[in-house]
Amino acid sequence: MSEDGRKVRIIQGNEASVEGAIAAGCRFFAGYPITPASEIAELMSRRLPPVGGTFLQMEDEIASINAVIGASWGGAKACTASSGPGISLMQEGVGYAAETETPCVVINVMRGGPATGQPTISSQQDIYQARYGGHGDYEIIALVPSSAQEAYDLTIKAFNLAEEFRVPVYLLSDEIVGHTRERVVMGGPIEVRERVAPPKEGYRPYAAGPDGLLPGMPAFNDGYRLLVEGQHHDERGIRAGDDVNKSAALVQRLNDKVRKNIDRITDVERVDLDDAEVAVVCFGSTARPALEAVQSAREKGVKAGALRLRVIWPFPEKVVAELAGRARTLIVPEMNIGKLVLEVRRSAGGRAEVISLPRLGGALHTPEEVEGAIMDAVKGGNAR
Amino acid sequence: MNEIAEKYLRQEALPMIFCPGCGDGTVLGAFLRAVDELKIGDQLALVGGIGCSGWMPVYVNVDTIHTLHGRAIPVAVGLKATRPDRKVVVFTGDGDAIGIGGNHFIHAARRNVDLTVIMINNAIYGMTGGQAAPTTPSGATTQTTPYGNPEDPFDACKLAEAAGATYVARWTAGHPRQLIKAFKEAIQHPGFAFIEVMTQCPVQAGRYIKGGLDAPEFLADIRKSVVTEAQAATMPPEELAGRTRIGLLHRSERPELTQRLAALNRGEKR
Ligand SMILES: Cc1ncc(C[n+]2csc(CCOP(=O)(O)OP(=O)(O)O)c2C)c(N)n1
Ligand SMILES: [Mg+2]
Repeated sequence: MSEDGRKVRIIQGNEASVEGAIAAGCRFFAGYPITPASEIAELMSRRLPPVGGTFLQMEDEIASINAVIGASWGGAKACTASSGPGISLMQEGVGYAAETETPCVVINVMRGGPATGQPTISSQQDIYQARYGGHGDYEIIALVPSSAQEAYDLTIKAFNLAEEFRVPVYLLSDEIVGHTRERVVMGGPIEVRERVAPPKEGYRPYAAGPDGLLPGMPAFNDGYRLLVEGQHHDERGIRAGDDVNKSAALVQRLNDKVRKNIDRITDVERVDLDDAEVAVVCFGSTARPALEAVQSAREKGVKAGALRLRVIWPFPEKVVAELAGRARTLIVPEMNIGKLVLEVRRSAGGRAEVISLPRLGGALHTPEEVEGAIMDAVKGGNAR
Repeated sequence: MNEIAEKYLRQEALPMIFCPGCGDGTVLGAFLRAVDELKIGDQLALVGGIGCSGWMPVYVNVDTIHTLHGRAIPVAVGLKATRPDRKVVVFTGDGDAIGIGGNHFIHAARRNVDLTVIMINNAIYGMTGGQAAPTTPSGATTQTTPYGNPEDPFDACKLAEAAGATYVARWTAGHPRQLIKAFKEAIQHPGFAFIEVMTQCPVQAGRYIKGGLDAPEFLADIRKSVVTEAQAATMPPEELAGRTRIGLLHRSERPELTQRLAALNRGEKR
């Protein structure tokens, strides 16, 4: 351990997520075993009791997300983790957390689907599930780590964002990030957003500030006399589902509080973009070969660059639009049938050619494959 | 408005959704009296499922969460685990508790987590308009069993006991005094306490199962269909047949989950 409390360890992304969660103040975890996420539950079961936290292995993932919701209102920063099938079971609960503005973190270590699909193999197929998995109109935040280090860093950030925005926040990890063992620097001076109890005087639990956000997070049995209601509700929490105006206002705010604050949430890494003619827009484990390909192309004199998204929801459309105004071609490698490319294309608005580089089956793109796409784009000339 | 109502009801949430003649109001009244006698207002945390019965806690002016259909119990587990000194009480329906939420129900009982679960058994899905529940009697007509129910119902109390509940009682909406006592016992019981309350639901069960909307008659019929242990002891077998046993049905002691979790926090191995 260094003097500022940092320590370096070689650990899996899944372990790094657990350490990040605990560093962020997570004191409640409820989950159900599933490959490739089980290590998170296993390590939580060891790590939480000694720090005064609670680990519960629930009867299923539906119970897990609902126990997390109860724990969050109970006063604890709370988290669950699963993969494809389990995340599907949680969707009604995630929507409930969005409706009731319950801060919580859901870690999805993505594997191949649909159905039981590929239990041990990676994918990025669930990115739209994270955003649209539950019924109704709501927004969530989704962070996508590319390495074990980021599994640590972004898990901390996920907890902070959950508290700040009072939303369910996904960490969209995947089997490759979750199971790759690599160097992780932990501890030291990290930024943790503590829960702040709102003032009790005249408190209206769902009265938002001008930015659409609720101030602080109250807990049960602290004298608030809260009513947490899954039906549309007014500022007091009283059911207002039959009031079209109040219902519209609530749903609008639940969406706007994420959409309109996108600049506070967006988190991207820009690699060699200043003069890039071809840019790879990448995220998660596919960013690893993508960045290697960009570097290799640069070494060959090609003006290639990369935009790596650490937050995919809300989608950083302004950043992508700006990039599309400068680069000729955007290439989007992803381990699914070609999904985030739709958002990239929409944001590019025809100002750059957008090439989809999807990959099914679970094998990560090779750097050569991405580089090949970059070279093709350069050769093609693609006059604008 | 009476004194108890004034003291405990969340005025801004009124009026209640219950139909005329519904048993839920009686049960809520008994619950509030139990709470008042125990003087535990500040420790209470209430959890409602989805269904008519799930609305009961919404009208009580303490910290309350109105959850998803079937999921009240896991939410309650999360609340209890984060502060074990809470008195967490779940209000749930027969469909909510042992239909869609059945898995959570049996596992919470198995864990012997210190919750009080009050299940309103109206033998039907009330809120959605009178469809068959897992408690609907065999042969009964409902909106989804027009030719008579081809299935047999659960005995929720037997289910609770078999799954590991350590306090199990059944009463009816016609037993308000016994309900107050049972609620007090259940809330003070250090483990998973389950109380089934058989209620009249004139508008749905009355209309579709019984063929009449008369609430007092419905309640009288429920009272006739049940028997306490003392009554059963003196009843000839032919009279006893088909009657539902009410009263305290089971009580035992077993380590409670959140106590065991606290021991883990203290570093004791289990
Ligand atoms: C997942 C889901 N499925 C179905 C419903 C519709 N629903 C609302 S209440 C209810 C039945 C409630 O019956 P019960 O639990 O017996 O409560 P009661 O209304 O009879 O008190 C159903 C099916 C729902 N809200 N959520
Ligand atoms: Mg019912």
